[in-house]
Amino acid sequence: MTAFMFYGTLELGVTYAILALGLYISFRVLDMPDLTVDGSFVTGAAVSAILCLNNHPFWALPASFIAGCFTGTITSLLHTKLKIQMLLAGILSMLALYSINLKIMGGKPNLSLLNKDTMFTVFENAVMKDYAKIIIISGVVVFCLVALFLFLNTKLGFAIRATGNNEYMARAQGVNTDFTKLIGLAISNALVAMSGAILAQYQSFTDIGMGVGMIVIGLASIMMGEVLFGVKSVLRMLIAVALGSVIYRFIIAFALQLGMPPTDLKLASAAIVAIALSIPTLNENFAKLKSRLTVVNVKRRSRTDAED
Amino acid sequence: MLRIESVSKIFSKGGINERLALDDVSVTLDEGEFVTVIGGNGAGKSTLLNCISGMYDIEKGRILLDSIDISFMPEYKRSSYIGRVFQDPLKGTAFNMNIEENLAIAYAKGKPRGFGAGLKKSDIRYFRERLFHLGLGLEDRMKHRVGLLSGGQRQALTLLMATIVKPKLLLLDEHTAALDPSTAKKVLQITREIIEKENLCTIMITHNMKDALEFGVRTIMMHEGRIIIDLKGKEREEMTVEKLVKQFSINSGTNLYSDRMLLS
Repeated sequence: MTAFMFYGTLELGVTYAILALGLYISFRVLDMPDLTVDGSFVTGAAVSAILCLNNHPFWALPASFIAGCFTGTITSLLHTKLKIQMLLAGILSMLALYSINLKIMGGKPNLSLLNKDTMFTVFENAVMKDYAKIIIISGVVVFCLVALFLFLNTKLGFAIRATGNNEYMARAQGVNTDFTKLIGLAISNALVAMSGAILAQYQSFTDIGMGVGMIVIGLASIMMGEVLFGVKSVLRMLIAVALGSVIYRFIIAFALQLGMPPTDLKLASAAIVAIALSIPTLNENFAKLKSRLTVVNVKRRSRTDAED
Repeated sequence: MLRIESVSKIFSKGGINERLALDDVSVTLDEGEFVTVIGGNGAGKSTLLNCISGMYDIEKGRILLDSIDISFMPEYKRSSYIGRVFQDPLKGTAFNMNIEENLAIAYAKGKPRGFGAGLKKSDIRYFRERLFHLGLGLEDRMKHRVGLLSGGQRQALTLLMATIVKPKLLLLDEHTAALDPSTAKKVLQITREIIEKENLCTIMITHNMKDALEFGVRTIMMHEGRIIIDLKGKEREEMTVEKLVKQFSINSGTNLYSDRMLLS
């Protein structure tokens, strides 16, 4: 792997770390499978691209954050107020966002930011030109991580965690669970949109289909982090999720280098998540099979003993 | 003071499984009164508690707590006045959070949940002291996840969480039914201590007739969504389990119904 590739992979990994942090809020903290992500990621990218085209590359981050909040809010209202199942609520938002994203992008399915100033080109003439990208993106990730950690330790953060742990308990302790779900999903999708916003400027390109499979990528990162770095405390978990995203990117990069066609990428991602999810069940089945085999062996042995 | 005025609750209204779970129930609890409730399966005991706590909406009637009408208040708002302990030990705590975090959530009851620190140093000291009084050694395990605690420890912790901010009403829904006998005894003991110390208005459902007569100052027996026996004062002091069984048959027109109640 060349240094160029190494940095490229690292930069992508760190960009997707923000996405993974967002998914951590919905899937792990709130324990709600939020499929809005595939749409809100593109919403962030679209907002970012439009602002870049209008020469406001830095406004892309706060703007995408707000846009993301909006998408999460819609999904949570569909779920909590209109009692639509969480999975379906997410799917509906995702679908609706496809049209909305196209509207944001001015009806074009893709936008190129070549020859436009992005938050990265501004630093092109700076001293540490080669590292500018990684420094900027890492800065955003560290900021998000610290902010998220602090947030999860506020009274509201506790209430959100309690909602994800045990809704009965949360309500019995006076927590408005509809509100905590709304805040949680808004923040989750805001982070996802920010990740999309950075990616759009990083690759100077936005495509309406770029959000497909983002949930799976985020989940793969979370699982990778959990397995490798543990789940002991909230801070450790947040760091693990961010690192998991980087490691996931490197695995993909190696696979590509070993000759996997890029078109198989989504298949590989899905397979990784499917395997990671099935490990507990497979372990259980394996243990059952093992104990059954021992029982059979003992029976057979006792039978031969009797025959003797 | 709790006042329940002709409350009715119908499950799956209009459906083929329509069932009248509460039939025009009226009852008034005085300040600091500790009431035990008994009755067989489907008698409406839990339904009554869930209607008071706001888990279910009621079809008819009014519920007043300290002369505030809470009949249509959302569940989470009522919770700032009402403490609850469920039958299932898993239901009362956040399993992935540690003991002090769980207590902090309960301690913030009734206050706005904003961006203030979730857990303050001074709070931790207070929690340690309160846990010490439970006598279960939990004060030395405050950083442990609640998921690692036993059922009895969880119920004791839930009890503390339900009362750490003094509620106007404490609802206990067979909170010792899932515990082994000796743990149940211990948790009941803690329950009594807390209720007496804080002089809490309490409704405790139990399936144990002996406990029902032994604890509190008043015993209510329910059958098919109605209150059929309401014992207090001298009448209750003279009551025995045998007499209660007999009186139940007379009042309800059926024989004693629940094996669980006879066996326990």
